[in-house]
Amino acid sequence: MQKKVLLGNEAVARGAYEAGCTVAAAYPGTPSTEIIESIARDYPEIKAQWSPNEKVALEVVAGASVAGARSMAAMKHVGLNVAADPLFTFSYTGVNGGMVIINADDPGAWSSQNEQDNRHYARAAKVPMIEPTSPAEAREFTKRAFALSEQFDRPVIVRITTRISHSQGVVELGERENVPLKDFERNPQKYVMIPAHARPRHKFIEEQMLRLKEYSENSDFNTIEWKSRKRGIITNGVAYQYVKEVCPDDSVLKIGFAWPLPDRIIREFAEGVEELYVVEELDPFIEDYVRAMGYAPKGKELIPMLGELTPEIVDMALNKKKPLSAIPTYTSKIPARPPALCKGCPHGFVFGVLKKLNLVVNGDIGCYTLAVLPPYSAMHSQGCMGASIGMHLGFEKARGDEMARNSVAVIGDSTFIHSGITPLIDLVYNKGTGTVIILDNRVTAMTGHQDNPGTGKTLTGEDTHELDLELLCRAVGVKRVRKVDPKNVEEFESVVREETAAPEPSVIISTRKCILRK
Amino acid sequence: MKNIIFAGVGGQGVILASKILMEVAMNAGYDVKESEVHGMAQRGGSVDCHVRYGEKVYSPLIEKGTADYVIAFELLEAMRKLEYLNGSSMLIVNNEKIDPAPVQTGLEKYPDDIESWMKASIGRHLFVDTEAALKEAGTRRALNIVMLGVLSNYLEFTVDQWTAAIRSMVKEKFIDMNLLAFKLGRELAAAH
Repeated sequence: MQKKVLLGNEAVARGAYEAGCTVAAAYPGTPSTEIIESIARDYPEIKAQWSPNEKVALEVVAGASVAGARSMAAMKHVGLNVAADPLFTFSYTGVNGGMVIINADDPGAWSSQNEQDNRHYARAAKVPMIEPTSPAEAREFTKRAFALSEQFDRPVIVRITTRISHSQGVVELGERENVPLKDFERNPQKYVMIPAHARPRHKFIEEQMLRLKEYSENSDFNTIEWKSRKRGIITNGVAYQYVKEVCPDDSVLKIGFAWPLPDRIIREFAEGVEELYVVEELDPFIEDYVRAMGYAPKGKELIPMLGELTPEIVDMALNKKKPLSAIPTYTSKIPARPPALCKGCPHGFVFGVLKKLNLVVNGDIGCYTLAVLPPYSAMHSQGCMGASIGMHLGFEKARGDEMARNSVAVIGDSTFIHSGITPLIDLVYNKGTGTVIILDNRVTAMTGHQDNPGTGKTLTGEDTHELDLELLCRAVGVKRVRKVDPKNVEEFESVVREETAAPEPSVIISTRKCILRK
Repeated sequence: MKNIIFAGVGGQGVILASKILMEVAMNAGYDVKESEVHGMAQRGGSVDCHVRYGEKVYSPLIEKGTADYVIAFELLEAMRKLEYLNGSSMLIVNNEKIDPAPVQTGLEKYPDDIESWMKASIGRHLFVDTEAALKEAGTRRALNIVMLGVLSNYLEFTVDQWTAAIRSMVKEKFIDMNLLAFKLGRELAAAH
């Protein structure tokens, strides 16, 4: 069998390839981005695409599934918030061709706005979730997820985390299965969720989740490794690796089937050990479940709920072991090396002007969020993709015209296309008078330079229609649309002054290519 | 089991260095794992990679106090990894200073005593000046391979094994330059 060192995300892509997946869609987001990039680069058998956002990506993938293809969407944890609407109802419709959602959580918030634990989505949306513990399992679990999806008529979520996505390991490669397209049958009772269809489907999915629990009980996704019975540790994901590393003599129950959880195996394990522990990153998801079964494991009282785990955190919590510190402490300050806007970055010119004019800046998600830090310190709100424009309107509704004259919304081109268009419609529709600056650097920069509908290129580099942002803004009713190169700082400043002063909605499209882009 | 940390600044090629080491170790028959942090790296932030190889590797992260080697491509970045060292670890540092953003903007000062402090505080250390090697290789981008060359003196793999991995991991037109950089790095350590 061929072995290769693969990044976790590349291993996921490999699993999809081997499973006979033919359609894949995503919106870039660290730590998930390389999944679809690997597919586009390595597996031309799969039609892969960037969608404008995760909701659309999941809908494209659902369509492909209903049409009979094995299909896969990939996104970061907060991307699943955007795609939650289709998730909850495609849970009801179920699948035709196997449908898999790769969800990459980011414990530690290495490059995210929060540390949400998306295992809760599996429970809430009533879909099975499986969790690999290594790149090797990322390939295997992704591959198996497609058949599982078809067997139980459920979308399947594969949950990975930053330390799976961005760790490399030896992966054994398998062959691609040749999976023919399934027939598409017109079946509105299954695929059109009017209330009369949804109610019986709800009953069906509850029954399927019971069958899935039975499957989980008997599958090798969950395994008990008996060692000393003095202490037993239930664990999952990358935390399993830390436990194996620092507690080699303890018994371990590895949970690979995150939802539904396997009661019988948990019971066998809990009753087979003297002391029971749960080691999991983020929320006490397994721990709460085990408690509800009547056991009293040690978990979050020892293992932090914040941030990602490390071997030393687990070692200290379970073995009371202090890290070896053979090195004396350096007492002066070591300056941090935070990421910063690149030298010559077009955003830098924009934020120089906004800082000079002392405007309130409603920001958004992208490289330019770095403008919150010195030397610019010029961002005052930011939450999620596209929030800048809605919040900007909210500031005006709360504080009136003076606020609108002294503030702007700032949003990147890709973020605007992702989630900024509907709030711009709202701003016009509800008679806002604020100014929106679209930072059009002609690329989705922060996640590593992906194309988007504004660049005129697809994921695979083919030419396609180039979205005209100016025309789009005019079409939703913005009469004042100005295109300016921010490197012409004086001109840019006077345009910002004029547009913020104007008592009607305006958009400034700050157009200059990302400095890192050829 | 060997635990090796590469540390540097975004753009210095830390991830490629770790990939080549992994390739060498896997081809030598070891299990191997690595962990890296993406995302902000391109914006000039700190970057590190943990590489572990041995009969069977569980954790992709190295536990603090258990690194065998820390290879820092920059002086400040070496300081950030000291908690991974123990009494028998070796610290290898490229003797270069790159000002981080807070220093560039004048908010903070680059500490000028860290090199002498590390030399006095860490038993096994090697500070290398890569300037001449980079000049000979013809590009500063070869720094990661020069540093691998330095490291190669301390690991169990043969030059042939390293050469094969470099050949398979870099673009064809850069192979000769990288093999030269590796050789120069290897000689650089031997000179100390």
